[in-house]
Amino acid sequence: MGRIFSKILVANRGEIALRIIRACKEMGIQSVAVYSEADEHSMHVKQSDERVCIGPAISAKSYLNIESIMQAARDTGADAVHPGYGYLAEKKAFAVACLESGIVFIGPKPENLALAGDKIAAKTRMQDAGVPVTPSSPGGVPTIEDARAFAEKIGYPVMVKASGGGGGRGIKVCHNVAELEEEFPMARMEGRTAFGNDEVYVEKFLTNPRHIEFQILADKYGNVIHLGERECTIQRRYQKLIEESPSPALTPELRNTMGRVAIEAARAVDYENAGTVEFLLDSDMNFYFMEINSRIQVEHPVTELVTGVDLVKEQIRLAAGGTLDYSFDDLNRRGWAIECRINAEDPEKNFMPSPGMIQEYHCPGGYGVRLDTHLYQGYELPIYYDSLIAKLIAFDLTREGAIDIMRRALAEYRIEPLKTTIPLYCQVMDDKDFREGNFDTGYIERFLPQEDGDEDDDF
Amino acid sequence: MSKRIEVRAAMSGVFYRTPSPEEPPYVEVGTEVKKKQVLGLLETMKVFQKVRSPVDGKVAEILVENETPLKDGDVIFIIETE
Repeated sequence: MGRIFSKILVANRGEIALRIIRACKEMGIQSVAVYSEADEHSMHVKQSDERVCIGPAISAKSYLNIESIMQAARDTGADAVHPGYGYLAEKKAFAVACLESGIVFIGPKPENLALAGDKIAAKTRMQDAGVPVTPSSPGGVPTIEDARAFAEKIGYPVMVKASGGGGGRGIKVCHNVAELEEEFPMARMEGRTAFGNDEVYVEKFLTNPRHIEFQILADKYGNVIHLGERECTIQRRYQKLIEESPSPALTPELRNTMGRVAIEAARAVDYENAGTVEFLLDSDMNFYFMEINSRIQVEHPVTELVTGVDLVKEQIRLAAGGTLDYSFDDLNRRGWAIECRINAEDPEKNFMPSPGMIQEYHCPGGYGVRLDTHLYQGYELPIYYDSLIAKLIAFDLTREGAIDIMRRALAEYRIEPLKTTIPLYCQVMDDKDFREGNFDTGYIERFLPQEDGDEDDDF
Repeated sequence: MSKRIEVRAAMSGVFYRTPSPEEPPYVEVGTEVKKKQVLGLLETMKVFQKVRSPVDGKVAEILVENETPLKDGDVIFIIETE
């Protein structure tokens, strides 16, 4: 095994930056936090060994500012960078900048990241590797006439998807020709403005599928393993709300089959370090490759709790040249983990954001509770970044036990006077269909007030 | 008799005068507006809200520049009614 790093710069903020700093502390590695002017009082900055201000509040000038971050790495003598998730985590230019500076990028190779930004190419590679994919146009669809032709061939409903999109963005669902004609130019425009790429493709839309993803680890020597699945079906507007491992929908046979396919998918692109292979599962238990996420994911804790593997430490170890000498079957897997993503939003008011200062803070604890958060009493939520403020995870030997612990922990958690999505999760934990594992991607609608109007909502 | 109505930020957020960087501002000083007409956008934690006129009238003053961070209750526009 190679030399482990002496200093890691964490190129991120919020709860994931804190997560990475904690792993560094446990491994005896010095940590460098970077922060924008709006994050001066953030918990990750307090906990790190060193800290560098990299720019003003606006992300483009700080957390997305490659030059500023590279300067901070050079000035502090960091020998590795962990990009977290979001921001620069999947930006090939950042990984290349690290490479050229002689600094190790803790994550996959630049070629793997390039694929994340090109969904059409990713699907084609998968198809060539024999991985089942959702029926779609073989490449980009330049005109509305082409789109209509493919939609008729594939069968409605279809999605028009931005090739440069991701994280659920740049997707338009069309149930018929009229909707296709309306959404097609919008999708291209959104692709151009949001991702700098107006290439779109047409894909079969599976009605209310389940979203099942597999965690992958790969070392530098060709060893690839999976660490089981996460069920991430409960979403709102393609944003995950609740995740769990294992999935109540999978049999051991299906798990082994999908796990094997996930490994093949990772091998097909010579993947390195941690990644996630996402599938959609239809009601007939057919699964289809959706995308590869080339980063550590928000919901990684549920995998950690049921497998006993610290994924962030594995990322660091593998980036330093460590080998994978275990596989899924060697893991001491047990129990069930559920995660609720807590956002500073009011679910009763169409998820209106709830900024402000935390005046009364009491976090839950006790048996089976894990809390990944950067919050503290007196913390003022910055307005510039997204509203994810905490991940509350419950773990027990059974799914029912985990739900009971989650219900108890949610009730204990106080983040006053802010509005959060905690009350919504309390309702879900009490819901019969959730408790029976009976849900699809449309599940959360039953708890929400009727939504109408466009994306830029009035509250 | 005309009245001056203050339009305030509903919560802290970043104020934008335009729908997107390439487009012109929603309103200028002197623009006639109707009740509920969009005057600008307020972005809080990646969510955009529309700032709307509470009355029919004319934009008398614009107190905040584009891309300025605001606190809850900061005055953004003065609308003059008839």
